[in-house]
Amino acid sequence: MARSPETTPTLEVRALHKAFGSEPVLRGIDLSVARSEMVFVLGPSGSGKSTMLRCCNRLEEPTSGEIFIEGDRLTGPGVNLNAMRQRVGMVFQSFNLYPHLTAMGNVTLALRRVQKKSRAEAEAIAAEALDKVGLSDRARHHPGQLSGGQQQRVAIARALALKPTVMLFDEPTSALDPELVGDVLAVMRDVKAAGMTMLVVSHEMGFAREAADRVIFMDGGRIVEQGPPDQVLGAPTHDRTRAFLRRFHA
Amino acid sequence: MDRFLDTFFNAEVLARYAPSILDGALVTVVLSVLIVLSGIGLGTLLACLRAYRIRPISFLIVIYADILRALPPLVVILVAYFGLPNVGVVLSASVVLYLVLTLVLAAFAEEIVWAGITSTPQGQWEAARSTGLGFTQALVWVVLPQAVRMVIPPLTNRAIAITKMTALGLVIGVPDILGNASTAQSFSANASPLTLAAIAYVILFLPFVIGSRWLEARFARPGA
Amino acid sequence: MDAILQQFFNWGVMAQALPLLLKGLGMTLLICAVVIPLGALGGLLAALASTAQARALRWSAIAFVDLFRALPPLVLLIFIYAGLPFAGLRLSPFAAVTIAFFLNNSAYFAEIFRAGLLSVPKGQAEAALSTGLTPAQTLIWVRLPQATRNVLPDLLSNVVEIVKLTSLASVVSLGEMLHAADLVRSVTYNASPLILAAGLYLLLLWPLVRLIGRFERRIAG
Repeated sequence: MARSPETTPTLEVRALHKAFGSEPVLRGIDLSVARSEMVFVLGPSGSGKSTMLRCCNRLEEPTSGEIFIEGDRLTGPGVNLNAMRQRVGMVFQSFNLYPHLTAMGNVTLALRRVQKKSRAEAEAIAAEALDKVGLSDRARHHPGQLSGGQQQRVAIARALALKPTVMLFDEPTSALDPELVGDVLAVMRDVKAAGMTMLVVSHEMGFAREAADRVIFMDGGRIVEQGPPDQVLGAPTHDRTRAFLRRFHA
Repeated sequence: MDRFLDTFFNAEVLARYAPSILDGALVTVVLSVLIVLSGIGLGTLLACLRAYRIRPISFLIVIYADILRALPPLVVILVAYFGLPNVGVVLSASVVLYLVLTLVLAAFAEEIVWAGITSTPQGQWEAARSTGLGFTQALVWVVLPQAVRMVIPPLTNRAIAITKMTALGLVIGVPDILGNASTAQSFSANASPLTLAAIAYVILFLPFVIGSRWLEARFARPGA
Repeated sequence: MDAILQQFFNWGVMAQALPLLLKGLGMTLLICAVVIPLGALGGLLAALASTAQARALRWSAIAFVDLFRALPPLVLLIFIYAGLPFAGLRLSPFAAVTIAFFLNNSAYFAEIFRAGLLSVPKGQAEAALSTGLTPAQTLIWVRLPQATRNVLPDLLSNVVEIVKLTSLASVVSLGEMLHAADLVRSVTYNASPLILAAGLYLLLLWPLVRLIGRFERRIAG
């Protein structure tokens, strides 16, 4: 089945199942994210939203189901996983910056070792990425010398520098002090404005309302409800969504 | 294969020399137990002494611990065994081995226990003193128990490493496992006594090595 | 007092012994130069095996490590040097020392590297993999540098132990420093050469012992 680039979803998840031992965590997720779309994933803890996200670059191995990036298969045998992962940027809750490398070193590592770019070339790309997150002046600092918000922005730059097709954000602000959240969200807003396709697991409702194209509510390993932010957050149709949102607004 | 068995597991040789190696095992065990008890005891005592922070005493303890941690035990053994008789101190090989390894283990134990004492939170001292305990009481009843608990894994590893050094007794003629096996090997012109010695050491020490692995896993668990 | 000076600090005997001891020191350093890198490499491989997914690999690595941690290095050395010739395998003292110490050191290095690898948070490897690094690249560029740094004091103190261990080579008449000192001792009936050897060991190792102490404090603080 040939499809034109315009209609091929940037990220497509089909019948994704994941179980840890005998414990099912994802019970059939179908999701497609269009180019430049920002999709927000909400849900109580244990709903499987982080697992779903981590399946999208196979940090978790799906039990069954298929995942495609721009129509190219990510799951199954014979896939060049490391090449595919370059097309899927990932931002972690705990940043996971490499403590032994500077901000610059964190960003250039994959550029040099995977993409085999020269040091100069890698540093030029990294400098641009660090500039995008507003941290040009922190390039030579180690993660230990940066605030949490700055660390997360370096982590975003690390993913951004590889020019991914889609970026996954796994609760990018939940490890941050409240006053540092704004800077990270501002960077995410810029990334979206530049046309990036984004799948975001987060509890930042205000940000979802303002920036997301679509909100998905997950519970019990399934997508319960989805739609434009105003609809899902403002007038949810499902009881479980309502119960979840009530706890947040209380 | 036959030749291999004949060389390393010769039944006749094994049977003939097993009793002697068993005697050696007894010597190894007794020496090891004594070394562990007195070495850790002395080391803990020195670490406590250091906690009083009396300058000259702390200085001497540090010098002692540094020297005995930096010197190969075999050097100290040879100095003591061959040097002391010439100045009128005659000690048997076993006593020399016991004394030297005790002093070496004490040096390491002092450093390890001291590290435990310094990493016990200041609040523990303050809480103890605030309830009217004196310095020594706070040290003995509050700080030391926590310090020792914290350092059990490294202390165990070090104690195993140093008791294994009882094999160095071979050089000065201590009739321990290796000493007796080596004698038996030269009498019998066969390697089986050495095989037996190796097996004896593994039987004696492997449980402790496995135990230390278990201890480390247990202590590494957060909140344990 | 005079007897003690005469017996332990006899400058004449020491001066006589010094050239031989320095030659022995050269051999001590040569053994270290061969055995330390080999042991570190063997230990690293064993550590990787002992943290591997495959159960059989993991358990055989752990068995290897525990076996050689239980066996006194001198027993291993004597077995290789004095036992193997009965089976027709006659090794030079240097080869015997290298093999025995390689097995012994690998086991100790393995435990240290293993602790280091386990100390690196899982998220580090995940972040590296998510940027497309292969598992091998992740190991080399992300996990190992951190693992090594986390256990640097232990690695250094193992190096000290290995330098001390080389003194065992004297038992198989490999002419390292202690062997040289004991040779002069047996000829002069005087312990001063041993004291001189002790002094040289201290010169070599005391700075390292101090350095390790400093590292340990910095990591604790």
